[in-house]
Amino acid sequence: MNVETPIEALKPNDYASDQEVRWCPGCGDYAIIKGVHRTLADLQIPLEKLVFFSGIGCAARFPYYMASYGFHTIHGRAPALATGAKLANPDLDIWVVMGDGDALSIGGNHTMHAIRRNVDLNLLLFNNEIYGLTKGQYSPTSKLGTRSPSTPQGSVDSPVTALTFALGVGARFVARTFDTNQKHMPGVLKAAHAHKGASFVEIIQNCIVYNDGAFDGWTDKSVVDDNTITVEDGKPLLFGKENKKGIAKSLDGFGIRVVTVGDDGITEDDILVHDEKNKILATMLADMKQPEFPVALGVLYNNPGTAYDAAVHNQLSEIREKTPAGSLNDMLRRGRTWTVSEGS
Amino acid sequence: MTSRPFPTFQPKSGRRRDTTFGVSAFQINFASYDIQTPGDDPDVLVAMNPAALKVHLKDVPKGGTVIVNVDAFTDRNVARAGYTANPLEDGTLDNHITIEVEINKLTNAAVADCGVSSKEATRCKNFWALGLMCWMYNRDRQPTVDWVNTRFAKVPNIAAANIAALNAGHAYGETVELPSGVEAYVVPKANVQPGVYRAVTGTEAVAWGLVTGAHKAGLNLFLGSYPITPASALLHTLTNLKQYGVTTFQAEDEIAAVCSAIGAAYAGNLGVTSSSGPGVALKTEAIGLALVTELPLVIVNVQRGGPSTGLPTKTEQSDLNQAVFGRNADTPLPVVASCTAGDCYETAIEAVRLATKYMTPVILLTDGYLANAAEPWQIPDADDVPEFKVEFRTDPEGFHPYLRDEKTLARNWAIPGTPGLMHRIGGIEKDYDSGHISYDSANHHRMTKVRAAKIDGIADDIPEQKVALGKDKGRLAVVGWGSTFGAINQAVGRCIKGGMDVSHIHIRHIHPFPKNLGDLLAGFDKIMVPEMNNGQLVNVLRAKYLVAAESITQISGQPFKVSTLEKEIRSRVEG
Repeated sequence: MNVETPIEALKPNDYASDQEVRWCPGCGDYAIIKGVHRTLADLQIPLEKLVFFSGIGCAARFPYYMASYGFHTIHGRAPALATGAKLANPDLDIWVVMGDGDALSIGGNHTMHAIRRNVDLNLLLFNNEIYGLTKGQYSPTSKLGTRSPSTPQGSVDSPVTALTFALGVGARFVARTFDTNQKHMPGVLKAAHAHKGASFVEIIQNCIVYNDGAFDGWTDKSVVDDNTITVEDGKPLLFGKENKKGIAKSLDGFGIRVVTVGDDGITEDDILVHDEKNKILATMLADMKQPEFPVALGVLYNNPGTAYDAAVHNQLSEIREKTPAGSLNDMLRRGRTWTVSEGS
Repeated sequence: MTSRPFPTFQPKSGRRRDTTFGVSAFQINFASYDIQTPGDDPDVLVAMNPAALKVHLKDVPKGGTVIVNVDAFTDRNVARAGYTANPLEDGTLDNHITIEVEINKLTNAAVADCGVSSKEATRCKNFWALGLMCWMYNRDRQPTVDWVNTRFAKVPNIAAANIAALNAGHAYGETVELPSGVEAYVVPKANVQPGVYRAVTGTEAVAWGLVTGAHKAGLNLFLGSYPITPASALLHTLTNLKQYGVTTFQAEDEIAAVCSAIGAAYAGNLGVTSSSGPGVALKTEAIGLALVTELPLVIVNVQRGGPSTGLPTKTEQSDLNQAVFGRNADTPLPVVASCTAGDCYETAIEAVRLATKYMTPVILLTDGYLANAAEPWQIPDADDVPEFKVEFRTDPEGFHPYLRDEKTLARNWAIPGTPGLMHRIGGIEKDYDSGHISYDSANHHRMTKVRAAKIDGIADDIPEQKVALGKDKGRLAVVGWGSTFGAINQAVGRCIKGGMDVSHIHIRHIHPFPKNLGDLLAGFDKIMVPEMNNGQLVNVLRAKYLVAAESITQISGQPFKVSTLEKEIRSRVEG
């Protein structure tokens, strides 16, 4: 009976379903799904163990284009469904795909609690700073003053910064990359996958129809080196075409500033070294915005703790070991009972 | 309605309060109609100290409520009362609903501003307890306040302190949301079958029924829940049954609670979520998701007074419309209603059976009264419950996620982790023949019809409607559902004894109805439907069977009185 079937290595395309992809031509989601396929193939994750959950929005179509198990749920609730599935079967490799409205507006509560509970889920936020599926309304990550069908005079409410939000609610893993950064994305996704617990990855994504070019100021090839910094644990926070610009402590010592090595007596010793377990540094890096700062990419924070699902299952096994279940009849007869005899 | 003065109490003089010789007690007996409770057993004992408990616990029937003043249960007092161990901890109170309250502390706090000595303050605790009783039994405090003001006219600070204590006890009942039903113990003395019995609340019976159902289906049980009165106790009960394959998850909100249960069902567990009306309202969209993805899910709605926050601690059966109709689009699902605490066990098993066999969310309706009231229960033999083992799909040959069983129309259940059966489901309409996304209009028509046919078909898989009491046809049918069973049954029984032509029909399967229900109703000249709502089942019956059913409503947060129903029956039989 032991028939050995040779296991053929899964190729990136093996992770794609046979369904016609229906994102707008030129959508950043095409690049993201390519990066995900490549990551999964590099990790050789068996298709049957893999589950993609999504909510509602353009990004939420993602599971239909995957050859794995998938569940396209309701708006904002994917982290809650994923939590239930992970608790029911901790062996599943679960990824949750969310848009910015999905994760931070209607589903903000579930995003927060999946993160702070530290459920072992890979939470991918496709952030295009706009509502695409409903035709262009501003989102909770849209910049102040965004003109949209629902804010014709410009939005007047401050946007949320996804990664500082995540760190604020107790994330133990946060990272950032962007759609066309294909060299960078698989490394970030692999680190997220390796982290046991909630891994929150913001993937900046261009919406070609409703918010085209929103990120060109730092994702475009001509400016990306000067306007982003790709962090690596243990490496100095240097960036720029000549790798001479860096992040140093601010002069008052309570913040950070951009400096240039060689200017004003700045040496490489003044440049901060990235420590992915330093939450304060991670929070400052996550909050860096153009034009004052470069946008931080890579794993900003990675400080694992006990995953919620593991803790729940430890408790379950402990209890089941200590008090083995009797029969159902034992359950019904637990505590005091009395007998009524014939004729009483 | 007649009412007897409240309160009437008989103080006994006492010596030392902390010994069993010195126990002073008062018993309150009140009624607003002709009750036929056998004997003079109190429903509630307030034990101010261990000695009082020792002396009077025997008077409280099994399942009755004991309120204990925990401040007085010191080691010294426990020993003086003649207990060898603390009766709060050694199982002495297992057969009673026990409510532990720091009465000394709460009384002292309540009278702090009244200018009384600490000794005088402590004496006010009887009024604190009386205030709590007034809350539990919905009694007006004013006559007591008037009496206190007369009695202590010369010592206004003592009067003020006693009134403050009375009000504080009442406020305590209101704010800690003591469950309704704790006061509502009914001992059916007649017709006791020989067998092994225990006291059971509807909450326990639902929990055990769900666990039994999950075992019969061969599944682990996952409960996703969010605390809400009066449903929280189900979460507390199930979390203590982890050794029976139960996982409980206190979610961040009602929506996450139901969603986590759906996620667990998707992964191969029996998904369960529990709540009360307002919480179920929040779960509505997710229930639609479970319905369209055809995953097994049991939603327990422990109904309470509404709308909105309503009367959280009072009972009502006003979520029938919500259960049957309360979703967007065409979304039929089975609705099962429990009628007694013990019946909760059977209905919970039935809900699990229907959910797993038909791959559908099922709503189980109980209410605050059923959940909290204890009744003596002849313990069933769980081995007699037939198995309904779930078979997950494992064969990739010809598989697609919406492949249906020809007979039940249930789709096949393939869980993540199964090689070769990878598939995608979701809220968007799916193609009947492939399970892929489909926007095709003819397909949507077909899928809507098949979802309805699947639920309608359940009528062939449930027992025919029986008459609970009386003849199969005649002058008047009193049709009820849920926790009104006891009152209706008693009222109909008395009327039959009195020579009236009346029958009691009690419906467990609210949707779909048993297939003979229409014919059964057609056999009666008149139909009367008493409900603790403003008329819900009555309209479903009228719409479905075009019968001239009459509605009797009571929305007071209190169970029906037998006498009220008797009067209504008499006027119709004789009219």
